[in-house]
Amino acid sequence: MTVKDKVIAIIAEQAVLEPSDISEDQTLEDLGIDSLGLVEAIFAIEEAFDIQVPFNANEPEKSGFDISSVRSIIGEVEALVKAQA
Amino acid sequence: MRRVVITGAGTINALGHSVPATLEAMREGRCGIGELDIRDVDRLSIRIGGQVHDFHAEEVFNRQQIALYDRFTQFTLIAAREAVAQAGIEFSGELAARAGVVLGNSGGGMNTLDANYRTVYEDGKNRVHPFVVPKLMNNAAAGHVSMEFNLKGPSFTVSTACASSNHAMAQAFAMIRSGMSDAMVTGGSESMLCFGGVKAWEGLRVMSKDACRPFSANRNGMVQGEGAGVFVFEEFEHARARGAEVLAEVIGFAMSSDAADIVMPSKQGAARAIAGALKDARVDARDVQYINAHGTGTAANDKTECAAVADVFGPQADALMISSTKSMHGHCIGGTGAVELLACIMALRDGVVAPTIGYEEPDPECALDVVPNEARDARVEVALSNAFAFGGMNAVLALRRV
Repeated sequence: MTVKDKVIAIIAEQAVLEPSDISEDQTLEDLGIDSLGLVEAIFAIEEAFDIQVPFNANEPEKSGFDISSVRSIIGEVEALVKAQA
Repeated sequence: MRRVVITGAGTINALGHSVPATLEAMREGRCGIGELDIRDVDRLSIRIGGQVHDFHAEEVFNRQQIALYDRFTQFTLIAAREAVAQAGIEFSGELAARAGVVLGNSGGGMNTLDANYRTVYEDGKNRVHPFVVPKLMNNAAAGHVSMEFNLKGPSFTVSTACASSNHAMAQAFAMIRSGMSDAMVTGGSESMLCFGGVKAWEGLRVMSKDACRPFSANRNGMVQGEGAGVFVFEEFEHARARGAEVLAEVIGFAMSSDAADIVMPSKQGAARAIAGALKDARVDARDVQYINAHGTGTAANDKTECAAVADVFGPQADALMISSTKSMHGHCIGGTGAVELLACIMALRDGVVAPTIGYEEPDPECALDVVPNEARDARVEVALSNAFAFGGMNAVLALRRV
């Protein structure tokens, strides 16, 4: 499973959808993922890849972790996994 | 309707180990938040808190007591001793039979839990101290207060997360007003600045790594504190008959539930509690000069709270002062409403409004007079104290100058 597939699987689980129903252009809001769903997804990502995601719910734009779409999240996780390697 | 007054106050928190020390720090806008000094702090990503320093339990309690008193109970007893001593009240006979203690607390003996989980899980031991249960239970502090002061009436602990103390004090107030009791010991305490306690909060990603800056546009989260606030609430004629000094009058309260989200606050729920407290206290919006805000320093709370205040007060909101002392002592969770009631008493009694420190940038979504950075002299006749908890549970108290 690629990083991308894994991230989509985690997001799909939060959205209670099949991974095939997720499009990279979608936002978390489109998928009905609220603030608690977001922190749970980030936790799942950290556990899955053994990385630290810099994210503070009070200032998402300053967190250095772009959550504006599924695509941006995949990109951020790929970068963190690469930096870890 | 019976009137209820406050005749004693006590506290220990990051700003001071007594009410005078705490009020002095609030007047000076001093910050009690700093580097956490706890075990395994290097494994935490949040390393600041409003911790009580220079506190040595063994100087206050004997060995047998320490074996039974978690830190939250120690804090409670220290605050209760100060409050009861100031009130000069002795609980005996019929007074004692109907007087109780109602305290707020959220986490129970978190330090005890943390230490004993470590013993069995990390150290692999198969035996823990026999007093773990009576030490960590949420009502332990209330139990020890009842024993120390001979309170034989209704006693219990209220647990509504960050609104615990306000719910508890509202309950004590209602009991006296209704005639159930003539005097109650009430307030709350919390001590969850231990590895497990901070780690749990980290998970929510709402904690600041550097400071608590309520209402400031650059706020980035809450900072946990610890401590206790305890008060003697007493029926007015009872207090007057024995010549007690009155610190302030409690004139009303309201509680509401958002029934919406387990963590996100609701403007409507908060507004209903604020409006309800005014109605219960039989005062109008224009009678209120000061609100001690819940003001956690999170993005969500502060803008929701300001919107709720603006809704209830309308144009009067601009004439109000609203400050968050969490910027100084941190968020004392289940004890926070009790510690913050001290700021209301100071405003009413001394005419000094505690500031919101750490305020750096105005936020258009929090466009109220938040008493930035410096305390202010003002005549305050009526003050409110807000508490809005996870679970969507809100409790607001109304107090009047006497």
